Parts: sequence; C-alpha cells; structure tokens
Amino acid sequence: MTVTSARFGYDDLRGLIKRVVDVKHAPEDSTLDVLWTLYDRVLDLSPETLDSPDRDRFYLSKGHSPGSFYAVLAAKGYIPDAWLDQAFTAGSRLGGHPDRLLVPGAEISSGSLGHGLPLAVGSALGLRAQGLLKPRLYVLLGDAELDEGTNHEAMAYAGATGLSGITAVVIDNGSASHGWPGGIASRFTAQGWTASEVDGRDHDAIEAALRGHDGNSPHAVVAFATSTHF
Amino acid sequence: MTTSLPRIGDPMRVPNTTTMRDAFIDAAADLLDIDPRVAVVLADISVGHERFAQAAAEHPDRVLNVGIREALMVSAAGGLALTGMRPIAHSYAPFLVERAYEQIKLDFEHQGVGGILVSVGASYDWSQGGYTHFSPGDVALFDTMPGWTVHVPGHPKEVGGPLRAAALTDDKVYMRLSTIANAAPHQTAGRLSLIKSGDGPLVIAVGPALDNVLLATAGMSVSVAYANTVRPFDVEGLRALAHTGEVVLVEPYLEGTSTRVVAEALLDRPQRTLAIGVKRADLHKYGTPADHDRWHGLDPASLSERIAAFAR
Repeated sequence: MTVTSARFGYDDLRGLIKRVVDVKHAPEDSTLDVLWTLYDRVLDLSPETLDSPDRDRFYLSKGHSPGSFYAVLAAKGYIPDAWLDQAFTAGSRLGGHPDRLLVPGAEISSGSLGHGLPLAVGSALGLRAQGLLKPRLYVLLGDAELDEGTNHEAMAYAGATGLSGITAVVIDNGSASHGWPGGIASRFTAQGWTASEVDGRDHDAIEAALRGHDGNSPHAVVAFATSTHF
Repeated sequence: MTTSLPRIGDPMRVPNTTTMRDAFIDAAADLLDIDPRVAVVLADISVGHERFAQAAAEHPDRVLNVGIREALMVSAAGGLALTGMRPIAHSYAPFLVERAYEQIKLDFEHQGVGGILVSVGASYDWSQGGYTHFSPGDVALFDTMPGWTVHVPGHPKEVGGPLRAAALTDDKVYMRLSTIANAAPHQTAGRLSLIKSGDGPLVIAVGPALDNVLLATAGMSVSVAYANTVRPFDVEGLRALAHTGEVVLVEPYLEGTSTRVVAEALLDRPQRTLAIGVKRADLHKYGTPADHDRWHGLDPASLSERIAAFAR
C-alpha cells in the first residue's frame, strides 16, 4: 500500500473539520472514522496515484456535510489544508458538496443522493471490461440516502450479476425518516451481497469489515455511528 | 454561441430496407468489434435484437443489460466513462431522457465525462402505445444542459456516420431515432443543407419532417434547408441562408424548441420566426403517427397552410 507522508494524524481531524464548518450548525461527523480508516489503512491510493488506472476508488455518494471528507483529504495530502479555511467562499474549491473537477481526490461530484452507487456499478463494469481486476470501488452512503430508489436499482443489479469489485459502506446514524425494519444489511444480502455490521467508531472493526469481501459478490458494510457534537 | 460542429464520418453502408434502430444496432455492434473503449448499456429495450445478442455473446463485458432500470442505465454509463470507456446507452426516449433526466444532468457533464445516448420512439412513433411512450420534449430537455450535441436523423443512412464519429470523441451526444423517415438520405456534415431555393422565407426542416415540408412547399417560392444535427445549430449556415429574415422552423418534437437559437443567430437583423412542431398537449389519443402529425399540424396540408399564411 502506498501512503504519502501524512501531515496530520487522526487526532488533528476534528481541528481540521472546525476550520471547514460552523460546528454549532453542522456537527455531522458520523462518517469520520470510516473515512479515516479507508484512507489510512484500506485504500490503495495516494495523492501521487490519483491518475493510476490501477488505483482503488472511493466514491463519496453522500455528499452532504463533507467537512470530514475534506479534513481527511487535507490530512492525507490530497489538498492543501489552507483550502479548508476558505471553504464555501467565492472561488473556493471546497463547497457544500464535493465537485470532482475542483477537488483532487474527489472521484465523483456528489450532493444529489442516490448517484454514487449507480455510478460505481458503471465504473466496476468499466474496470472489468478493461481487465483491471485489482482496483476496488468503495462507495459511502447514508442510511437516509438509501431511501432513493436508484440505490435499489444498483443493489439488485450488482448482486444479481456478482459485481464483486464494489464495497458499499452505509453509515447508519438512524436518520432515515421511516427507518429500515429488519436492518439495512438484510437489504443487501437479500440481493446477493455479503454484508457486515460494525461499530462505526472502531477502526480495527471497520478495517476488518472493509476487507470482508469474498471475491465473488459485492460487499456491504453497515457502520453504526451517531453524530458527535464537538 | 458555439459554432464548432461535430465531425461526421462516412455514412455506414446499410440496406435500404433497414430502420434507424437497425442501422444504429449494426453500427454499434461494428464499433464494439473495432473499439475496445465502446460499451453498450441497455435497459431491456433492443436486447433481443439479433446483432446485439450476437455482440453480447462476443463482448459480454461490453454489452450490458441492467434490466428495466433506466436511471441505473444512465448512471452506469457515466460510471463507465469515469474509467475511460465510451458508453452508448439506449432505450425508449421517454425512459432514457425524461425518467433519467437528473442522471443525464449530473452523471455526465457534472462529472466532467461524456457519453452517447440513443433513443427510439421519438414524439409519437408508437402512437398506439399512447402518451406514456411519447417524448416530444426530449430535445428541449437537452437544451437545458450545456454542451450536448443532438442528432435527429431523417433516414437510416444518417445514423451510422454520426454514431461512429461520436464514438471517436468524448463528447456528450444524443441521437434521436424514429421509425418515421424521409424517402432519401441527406448527408449534412452537421450543417444546414439547402434542398431548394426560393424568394420567400427559409423553411428549416429537421430530420424526418423533411418529406412533409417538401410536399407542403411544392408550389411555393420558399427556400428549404435540412438539418439533422440541431445542437450545436449551424448558426453560420442559418445566417447565410436567411436572406429575408423570415424563418420557418419545422421540428418533429416540441414546438418552438429552436426558436431561441434562431432569434439569437439573427439578433442583428429584422426577423420573424414561425415555429411548427409538436404541441404542448396530451391528446389522450392513439391512432397512427400520421394521425398525430395531423392533430399537431405537421401533416403536409397543415404545413402548407401555415407556411403560406406566414409567407404572405
């Protein structure tokens, strides 16, 4: 795994997030530990390999509240941390939803819910068609985002056709208006995916779940994490 | 306004009996054979066509049927493009364009990638199917988004060339196929093609509307120009041909779709424009495409009357 010299560590992340968002109004950080574990331990990706066809891809589908995402990108050297201080201003590359044309490391532009997993299905197909079997596609979604029907189109198709290069990570902070009786993981396993449920704050458990794919089926990780005010 | 025009390749050799859909499928299958970047994404429509079935057997990783999931089909096309592939997504126009409109908006342009979308069904090709299968508003919807090239072929032999040219680029390209076709093909290289000259208004016939326009204007001293690439519109050609400042647009989709383009192109001269196309109306009627032409004023008799009244 290639890892660049990180200029910030995990303990710096909350300080970086505070530079991006008014934490009184946007305390969302339920994605933070999954994002950190992905970039620190799992993704075969670095600022130097962003154009490599063989890189792992991370698609942030849930583009809302991207403070944690920007903080991790800054900590890992994808973007200058000075950008954080200018977020949302005219001329800033960092906005309320990430734009892949503006943010190195943002593999997709997101914000409208329900696009990341369908895009990842296409990218998994594209990588397979080019014989690129090593890269893995990680997609981060929220439990409320799963309300969008397009996710279920992608889940059904990816499961039925064994698109094994995809790992969907659903951060479950209980924000879906009508919940998911029986659990989110069951929605995936019923469609032919493997699935793990994990404490969304436990880095070792998250890492094990993110590496839990069996090579035959797409894999889902449901990470339970409530937002913390800090 | 852009004046750059798409590169158009040689027309594909296709038999006279073929439909636009057949011509598209043949051309796409040929592209699959020769260009490893090309992938076709389908949502059950046309999957059973013999050449697609054959291509799917030969290129299982690049002929992809997602089932009846048009939003996924369009997003997956965008996702393919993100990996450097050249996707061609194809379905019935209302499902490809109207159902998946946000996917078209966000999963190509906003991601900084291109793709080729090819529809069948047009405004009311399957008239017996009714309004659910009509898509008169598709070209207008592409007009809400930046940078799309829009081809409206008028004949099966006008399909393969633009498709092949599009495959060589990373552009965003929409092709609107129809079962209605003119008797003869016209290769335009993306420009307005002058069919006949007269003293009166310039009548611009788009795609399959040409033959009705020629019948309607048979006794009139008007100019008739043909367009099968409407975005980008051939502004230079329009300015050169619209001597009188009087323009009649005959478009086989939503009436007035190109009025803005004509108005902007002729901003520096006195002008009048008559837009003829499919009305903003759900008629709740079946019948034949010719019936719908008549109800919307696109049949030769109605066209003749409206153009003559405008030219007076």
